[in-house]
Amino acid sequence: MSTERKIRVLIAKPGLDSHDRGAKIVARALRDAGMEIIYTGLRQTPEQIVETALQEDVDVIGLSILSGAHKVLFPKIMGLIKEKGIDDMLVFAGGIIPHEDIHDLKKIGIKEVFGPGTPTGVLVKFVQENTRK
Amino acid sequence: MRKAEQLVQGVLQGNRRSIAKTITLIENNEPEAPKIVSVLYQQTGKAHVIGVTGPTGSGKSTLIEKLIRELRRRGKTVGVVAVDPTSPFTGGAFLGDRVRMQEHSTDEGVFIRSMANRNATGGLAKATKDAVRVLDASGKDIVIVETVGAGQSEVEIVKVSHTVIVVLAPGLGDDIQAIKAGIMEIADIFVVNKADRQNADKSLSEIQAMLEMNTEKKGWKPSVLKTTALTGEGITELLARIEEHKEYLKKGALEASRKDQVETELVEAIKQKIAESMVEDLKRKGEWEKLKQKILAKETDPYSVADRLLRKLRRN
Repeated sequence: MSTERKIRVLIAKPGLDSHDRGAKIVARALRDAGMEIIYTGLRQTPEQIVETALQEDVDVIGLSILSGAHKVLFPKIMGLIKEKGIDDMLVFAGGIIPHEDIHDLKKIGIKEVFGPGTPTGVLVKFVQENTRK
Repeated sequence: MRKAEQLVQGVLQGNRRSIAKTITLIENNEPEAPKIVSVLYQQTGKAHVIGVTGPTGSGKSTLIEKLIRELRRRGKTVGVVAVDPTSPFTGGAFLGDRVRMQEHSTDEGVFIRSMANRNATGGLAKATKDAVRVLDASGKDIVIVETVGAGQSEVEIVKVSHTVIVVLAPGLGDDIQAIKAGIMEIADIFVVNKADRQNADKSLSEIQAMLEMNTEKKGWKPSVLKTTALTGEGITELLARIEEHKEYLKKGALEASRKDQVETELVEAIKQKIAESMVEDLKRKGEWEKLKQKILAKETDPYSVADRLLRKLRRN
């Protein structure tokens, strides 16, 4: 019997951002690359995001943030991911994140951070190359 | 097989990670899936399954969110399977139903799973029914299934649910649409959502008029009601109707509909198994490609080939 695997991706908006243009563009690009995208909608707590990733059993979590709260929210999310035992999921981030913060975010397990203007093709390739399937 | 046993144990204990992993296995048609489903099958039948269907944008997801809220207030646990379409062009999908229900994502008594239909027709995915079984076996009191935005003929939902709710919104069509066959025939309960909009009463009376034409005297008479999912208006009444329908089913109709469901499923399972084994057989003997070539060259056709294969099978 043949298996029918698809890459499942959660696009999540932690914190108090009130706009999600970028997140939707990323979702759309990954969708068009044949992946299944689950979107959380705006203003999510770390608990909501991690619990959603667990229930949806995604392969990838994409965090989008513009508010500047990434240094507080991201460590919390990564901590919960470990706690729930889903740290085999690939995590990347995007949005407005100062260059000097990227090193610390990578240290807590975020595989890559993409800034504004990243071509969607780069993102698609990144996800495809970093998932097992 | 260790992994499968662990997953089954986890599901039966209501472990969320196990539930999620099991649904993925089924969805991906992994080799362990049939075994797991057949073990879990024994543990199903306790949950009441509510199907929610209706056109895109009629408010299905928002209505479900309000149903979850009220059911939780009453101490019931809830599972949700929300289906959205897969692109026939790229194979990708954007699953957005959950956005409306995120408030319940951290509630331990609620499990929500989004599912792409992976190009299955009929409004559901191939794995939907088994995902419902997983949630049922995990001990959820109520399982709600949301179909893709349904037009006219997406009626697969009947096969997985006990109570079917068709959600409509004012202004989507006149009484001609209401007479058409298909989705308008499957409802146990009609909901005219967005009742705060103009013409809600007109839609309501059109549906009522359509229902009055049903000459059959016996059985369940579908009810029609108005809701405004955004504010929660009408939700208590909707739950009362669901409860009524559940009681009605208990008086015998449930048995009949289960028998129907078992029959359909058995036929499907036989078809699938036999087809799979025949195709595998042909591939192993190296005849598969040759047959395809012959059909392409119009030397024969799929039906004659199928007839011949069946005769051969019968002789054995």
